[in-house]
Amino acid sequence: MALLSVQDICAYYRTEIYGISRTVRAVDGVTFDLLPNEIYGVAGESSCGKTTLIKVISGNIKHPLKAMSGSVNCNFGDYKVDMLKVSQDELRRNIRWKEISYVMQGSMSVLNPVRKIIKTFEDIVDTHEPITDKKKFLEEATAHVNRLGLPTEILNSYPHQLSGGMRQRVAIALATLFQPRLILADEPTTALDVVVQRGVLQMLKDIQSMSSNTVLLVTHDMAVHANVANRVMIMYAGRIAEEAPTESIFNAPLHPYTQHLIRSLPMIGERSNKASLKGTPPNLANPPSGCRFHTRCPYVMDVCRTDVPDLVQVKERHRVACFLVKEASL
Amino acid sequence: MSANGKLLDVQHVTVEFHIGGLVGGSLLVAVNDISFSLESDKPEILTLAGESGSGKTTLSRLLLADLVPTRGKVFFEGRDLAKIHKRSEFKEFIKKVQPVFQNPFETFNPLRRIDAYLFDTAMNFGMAPNHRDAAQIVDESLRNVGLSLEEVSRRYPHELSGGQIQRVSVARALISQPKLILADEPVSMVDASLRMEIVNLFRKLRDEQKVSVIYITHDLATAYYISDRIGIMLRGYIVESGPVDDVLNRPFHPYTKLLIESVPEPAPKDREAWARHISLGTTEVKEYGRVGCKFAGRCPQVMDICRQVDPPDVQIERRMVKCYLYTEHAGQASPEK
Repeated sequence: MALLSVQDICAYYRTEIYGISRTVRAVDGVTFDLLPNEIYGVAGESSCGKTTLIKVISGNIKHPLKAMSGSVNCNFGDYKVDMLKVSQDELRRNIRWKEISYVMQGSMSVLNPVRKIIKTFEDIVDTHEPITDKKKFLEEATAHVNRLGLPTEILNSYPHQLSGGMRQRVAIALATLFQPRLILADEPTTALDVVVQRGVLQMLKDIQSMSSNTVLLVTHDMAVHANVANRVMIMYAGRIAEEAPTESIFNAPLHPYTQHLIRSLPMIGERSNKASLKGTPPNLANPPSGCRFHTRCPYVMDVCRTDVPDLVQVKERHRVACFLVKEASL
Repeated sequence: MSANGKLLDVQHVTVEFHIGGLVGGSLLVAVNDISFSLESDKPEILTLAGESGSGKTTLSRLLLADLVPTRGKVFFEGRDLAKIHKRSEFKEFIKKVQPVFQNPFETFNPLRRIDAYLFDTAMNFGMAPNHRDAAQIVDESLRNVGLSLEEVSRRYPHELSGGQIQRVSVARALISQPKLILADEPVSMVDASLRMEIVNLFRKLRDEQKVSVIYITHDLATAYYISDRIGIMLRGYIVESGPVDDVLNRPFHPYTKLLIESVPEPAPKDREAWARHISLGTTEVKEYGRVGCKFAGRCPQVMDICRQVDPPDVQIERRMVKCYLYTEHAGQASPEK
């Protein structure tokens, strides 16, 4: 049973200035399931709709973003809810932080610079479960921080006293305070160095295996997905290009875009020529017709220019949207 | 051309910053006794790699004569950068050393057309007497990076993709026909599918235009892909340097080992090894203030001496390592380990 089932969502940014309306089709017909106890990776270039997807899933839809159609059905045990229909009040009271939490990109901007970390903890806990016993709260916060392998001193520090990696880990500690079933992590390690990145992702992985929850990990770094995710979805221009278990994505990619992404990764110890794709990522205010990748695809056919390829199941748990791949081929 | 045949010669430079108040406060040594050089007749790509806060950017400011070292000297074609005072002297110097910055969207003013920068550069450096001649020079340098004046003229930064605009900033740097390009994290803001085109461009510049490149990055995979030599930086020191094949395939310094091990391999085969726990540095300031080797707090092979005295530079084969494991203090540890 899926923990969260995304059905055909379309989310557009709609702006109207002086009568000129503009629609950016950031997420256009995306369907997928998140299973309990897995790390699901979402990869894609900047402005391919990754962050918009997270916004829709977390029910954080504000003007100019609009969810045009579809549903996001969550299944939190006895508590079932459609994120696109739920009221803001209920979202705040029962869902945010308790069932779904969000680790944002750039932890330095997440933490309040003039409050100590413990105060930020207090603010968050108090919003969701009013604190009555301050001593007990302090004990719990300390225990939580220690369980995640962070030193206790950080609670009495200001954000600027901590290194970037430590701040990002504090942001993750905050997101896991209530043991949510789903953690949405949007580029959690993008601004960090490799060593720190490894430390932060290890912590995320530990938390996941400790509490068996689900992590939706969004990053453009394929190497991170290779080492962390169980399943990977490749997004291109607002649509799913391919979705498969990590091994299949890396060892037997079927979509030309995925194939290119995997092939172009530089590796230490290997110096064969790596090429870039020609062209540039499409503008989502005016996306190409047919398959959105056709302008850059090396195997483009006539049908790609006019028709939109369906996302077809080619193998167990392996879906691809490309005319080159037919169901019967495997 | 300088007498000793060196394009760039960095001799024992140290940069100290005073942090904290006027009374108390402490000294932060951002760049610590660094020496390296580039030959003028052999263009090459030199990578300086390290974590954030390892002094990479301070070092690049030194090389651009934006900062005067506390101790030590930087020579460019035999000329001491600290002695450049006049505007005309600086202009002559910067004509030969051009920077490419990290975020192309911040490099250019969003309200100004991109070709204006290219023409400005051409006119300021006196590469062309008038606008029409400048157009030819601009077009030529754009063609070097796979673009043309036609494509970028009258365009604003937001109308180009990240990869294109970063190529424009490389083209801008090429206008004055520099001998050295200093690229500070030039691909970290560029999308994966476009990243390799920038990286390939630096290779092409070295081979065809005979331009040397100092490539500052924390991405070891692209560093391996393009560079000839590499220097690994840690808290102001270069802890290991040498030919990139030697250093990255067979690292000697424990920090280099950790760094290479931490690069996630883009293939799902060794997930367990990558997930093995590591200890992270506490805070930057703490490590900078450490006596002895800055890595001692995290090093798996730490010895008593490491916590007391700065390790010496040890020359092994073609590389330099700053570590006690390769001196008489080594004890049982063998260099091949």
